[in-house]
Amino acid sequence: MKIMTCPLNGPRNISEFVCAGEVKPLPAPDAAPEIWARHTYIEANTAGVVFEWWLHAPSAYWFIAERDTRTDRIVRTMSVDAFNALGKAAP
Amino acid sequence: MPFALLRYGLTKKHKPWRIIPPTPELKSSYDVVIVGGGGHGLAAAYYLATRHGITNVAVLEKGYLAGGNTARNTTIIRSNYLTPEGVSFYDRSIQLWRGLANDLGINIMYSERGHLTLAHTDAAVRTSRWRAEVNKQLGVDSELIFRDDIARICPQLNMSMDVRYPILAALYHPPGAIARHDAVAWGYAMGAAAAGAEIHQKTEVQGFDIEADRILRVRTNRGTISADKVLIAVAGSSSLVAGMAGLMLPIRTIPLQACVSEPVKPVLDPIIVSGSLHVYISQSARGEFVMGGSVDPYTLYSTRSSLDFAESMMAEMLELFPFLHNARMLRQWAGMADMTPDFSPVMGQTPVENLYIDAGWGTWGFKATPVCGETMAECVASGRQPALIEPFRLERFERFALVGERGAASVGH
Repeated sequence: MKIMTCPLNGPRNISEFVCAGEVKPLPAPDAAPEIWARHTYIEANTAGVVFEWWLHAPSAYWFIAERDTRTDRIVRTMSVDAFNALGKAAP
Repeated sequence: MPFALLRYGLTKKHKPWRIIPPTPELKSSYDVVIVGGGGHGLAAAYYLATRHGITNVAVLEKGYLAGGNTARNTTIIRSNYLTPEGVSFYDRSIQLWRGLANDLGINIMYSERGHLTLAHTDAAVRTSRWRAEVNKQLGVDSELIFRDDIARICPQLNMSMDVRYPILAALYHPPGAIARHDAVAWGYAMGAAAAGAEIHQKTEVQGFDIEADRILRVRTNRGTISADKVLIAVAGSSSLVAGMAGLMLPIRTIPLQACVSEPVKPVLDPIIVSGSLHVYISQSARGEFVMGGSVDPYTLYSTRSSLDFAESMMAEMLELFPFLHNARMLRQWAGMADMTPDFSPVMGQTPVENLYIDAGWGTWGFKATPVCGETMAECVASGRQPALIEPFRLERFERFALVGERGAASVGH
């Protein structure tokens, strides 16, 4: 059983979580349809350490995890506020 | 007779029959460089050489021949998809499959078993009927059948109503088949090499030299070569190799796991799939039950196996086939599947003028091996997108013109 540490609920079985993909900056609301299409479908699909959106499904809590997509090692997890405080692009 | 055989075996005169072509020295330039020595890349090389007369071709494989998803799938071949685009495409593949052993001169052990997609809910019955009607309209042998017929075609199935998901109906596809995956890749490699193409194993592409939206040279670990045209057919590594050419794809790389049981006598003829339980099973020619489930829950560039998969897949499988509780698992493995948002592939031309792509093959690539080789060879040779793969262009995503293929297996819809 693989364990992920939820910032709200603590360590839980990873089967309770849903991965929603890499964090990417949101286009402007009035951006052209091609830009929205690109944002919706195109993926960096990085092989390496990335920041990802995750959901703890039973508590409906969204947070950010830093994970290595080559080894499946979870580096750390954090709340969205903590992620924003890192100074990265606001998700 | 035994003495004649022994004498022949001990004599040095006979040449060993070499299936896999040797890797020659790299030349300085090729008309076409194919990145990826799996079934798709080798088939494209074969059809380029035999149909289009383009023989100055190099297939570059970073590992060994057909060691990626060609060797890691569960070899199910069928064309009972949902979208008309998908059905026409995969049905052309079935036509090629049926003559392939003769064309390639190798026994690919193509075995038509019949294919049952079980429906356990009213919604699944409705989708099965929809698929059957689309299939029939396009001339594909496919029909919706109910419990009596299912029990007759596959008496091994647990037809009890006293389970979590009783079997209500099934989509029956008599041409559904399995084949020996290694032989398919070896046959295409042999045929391509005999026609003049070169197969380079342990040759890893490390970058492309691009000027004015044209690839000029391909950098590899064995030197730099110039190329008129380049085809990428690398399955789970598609985003990484396309990224070297500055392309971003609508693909996430997610492991797909499978396993086989120890071999037993032949007891299961048809191929059984359950979309609701996310499992599929067939019995191979050597008696192993080949079993698979749904893709892993999140992206990963790894071919590790997990106990979670074995446990969850087997729990569902035992509901369908309780007799399997005696069978021990022999091997478990994973492949890196390149999943697209609409469960259809990404094929053909790209924004880079002389770069072509054959990707997004997720969990549906093996059955398409012959038709991918045929259409990609035509696309590369002519520089135009063949009609059969027109709907699968990369640029469809910019126009929101997706081809939602809900007939794909191993995925939740």
